[in-house]
Amino acid sequence: MRLRNEANRVDAKFCELSANGEAALVCYIMAGYPDLKSTESIIASLVAGGADIIEVGIPFSDPIADGPTMQQASFYALENGMTPRKALKAIQGIRARFPDLPILAMTYSNIPFKTGIENFLNEAQRAGLDGMILPDMPVEESESYVNAARKLNLCTVFLASPNTPEPRLRSVVEASSGFVYLVSVYGTTGARSKVEDYTANAIKKAKYAAHLAQKPVAVGFGISTPAHVKFMVGAGADGIIVGSAIIDRIQENLGNKKLMLSELESFARSMKKACKA
Amino acid sequence: MSSDAIDYPVNGKFGRYGGKYIPETLVPAIEELESAYARYRDDADFKNELEYYLKQYAGRPTPLYFAKNLTDYAGGARIFLKREDLLHGGAHKTNNTLGQGLLARRMGKKRIIAETGAGQHGVGTAMACAVLGLQAEIYMGSKDIQRQKLNVFRMQLLGAKVHSVDSGSRTLKDAINEAIRDWISNVRDTYYLLGSVVGPHPYPAMVRDFQSVIGREIKEQAAKLCGGLPDAVVACVGGGSNAMGTFYPFLNDLSVSLYGIEAGGQGIKSGKHSATLAAGSLGILHGMMTYLLQDDDGQVLETHSISAGLDYPGVGPEHAFLKDIKRAKYAACVDQDAVSAFLTLSKLEGIIPALEPSHAIAYSIKLAQSMRKDQNIVVTLSGRGDKDVEVVQNYLKLKNKHMRSGA
Repeated sequence: MRLRNEANRVDAKFCELSANGEAALVCYIMAGYPDLKSTESIIASLVAGGADIIEVGIPFSDPIADGPTMQQASFYALENGMTPRKALKAIQGIRARFPDLPILAMTYSNIPFKTGIENFLNEAQRAGLDGMILPDMPVEESESYVNAARKLNLCTVFLASPNTPEPRLRSVVEASSGFVYLVSVYGTTGARSKVEDYTANAIKKAKYAAHLAQKPVAVGFGISTPAHVKFMVGAGADGIIVGSAIIDRIQENLGNKKLMLSELESFARSMKKACKA
Repeated sequence: MSSDAIDYPVNGKFGRYGGKYIPETLVPAIEELESAYARYRDDADFKNELEYYLKQYAGRPTPLYFAKNLTDYAGGARIFLKREDLLHGGAHKTNNTLGQGLLARRMGKKRIIAETGAGQHGVGTAMACAVLGLQAEIYMGSKDIQRQKLNVFRMQLLGAKVHSVDSGSRTLKDAINEAIRDWISNVRDTYYLLGSVVGPHPYPAMVRDFQSVIGREIKEQAAKLCGGLPDAVVACVGGGSNAMGTFYPFLNDLSVSLYGIEAGGQGIKSGKHSATLAAGSLGILHGMMTYLLQDDDGQVLETHSISAGLDYPGVGPEHAFLKDIKRAKYAACVDQDAVSAFLTLSKLEGIIPALEPSHAIAYSIKLAQSMRKDQNIVVTLSGRGDKDVEVVQNYLKLKNKHMRSGA
């Protein structure tokens, strides 16, 4: 098993950033929200603002780990005819425009499972993806998925939670490549106004387990302000994942795309700045 | 739990079905539940306590009733009804809610959440929580709230809080999604009381165990009434808990044919149905690998049935396994036939069945006709039909209107 592979864009990015002493800004967008045409320009704005890694959501009908913002965005995208195939095709276009940008897909297990895990991962790799995040895939059920992904040099990002006990944390780290996704709170995705007391401790615990395997830890769920970012980075996070706060900004500016894109760029810039603090 | 238990699930799986496809936050809670259930399932004190409530509070055992008029009407094998409609609460759901309620109390959990489709599991949960001193919050799709108003009020009378779910198809599937989201957010002090043999391990096995009292009683009662094992048992399947509870004690009695009847809605070809085992494909939903009604991309489809309790795009993983190994047969019954069985049983036996088991009754009438008169069929009458009277009334009105207009 390869623990590290410099050829993977995600690993390369974390190496580069850690040498500069800054945390990675991972920005989530939903494929097909508000429409497929905008997806590429939204990514371009986030990258211009300083996004280091892009996470493209492929909508699923029953997103159990997601709060209202993501549920609405995925519902909207599906209503507009978004499919996994169309999402991968869009990713192909984005890959052509940003050859070095690390891009991960986030979706629920049934989507790759329906096509067949290996087939889906093959298509994902051909589209230019660097890895996958499946929030309802626990390590126990993941053997064939991880093996297939390793063969294709795709990252498999697993999630850890504040209540994940230490021995289990080690198996989450072991199965993860690219980075370990620490869920900062007890809850679903969605912007939150404050940081929970237990989050710093959860980051320290995850960092300790991941450090032994030399894997970075990125923290997500509920992060929506530069102050949140500073808190997480201060507690040791190697990366910050922002999702619902981006979707909220898209939603607020549906009537004015130009404004939407400039808002997204300046939001990414403010968050990235906090990653360097 | 019973001496005839066959040797599964293994690692939470029935063959390839089942498992625990859940967000990481829920893993410690599921593990806690698994070890609590392993500790108490064979604990004499727990079993006595459950038996006490099932008997003194809920009215077990329920009768096995020889439906002579229905038998004469069908003109074939003898039909017996397992009267779960007479259980406290009006449906088999109480077996499970008392079992899990007592377990939750022993685990020290005070806040209980549950999903409900037709409202029967919500009512069952509200009752168990009231009597056991627990606090109940029930998630219910807004579409189901519309068609099952009576049950919503019953839950409220029993002290439960009902949350309306407006996402997706606004039915049982979405109520489960929302209950899971609540559980993720409140995992440290909340018990999720799942109502069917679905979800991540250990729910399918645990709910089946709590419902197996149905099959165990049938076995004892049939020995007296029929002089031995019945030739066939029939039950309706949505998630599949009353069917699994009925089938399980008979799994190793190969002379007993097992029939699970799904909701055929407006017919399989119409695409408007909930017949997951008949028309579904392998997938992952609500923490389990099982058959699903889904499109080619893996998006879960909206289901249709006149009975809210069968309106679910997945099915318990043990049923998926029993279908594969051909130990049970699964068939679908359309809305029209279920309503006709609903009317027939009401008129012939003075029993108004719920629409869910009306599907099983419709199938049993046909099955009886294909069997000898000295053979015996047991149908699990999983609930009573008070909640469905308005739905049936509207259905008949609409049908008469169509007939008059020549449509």
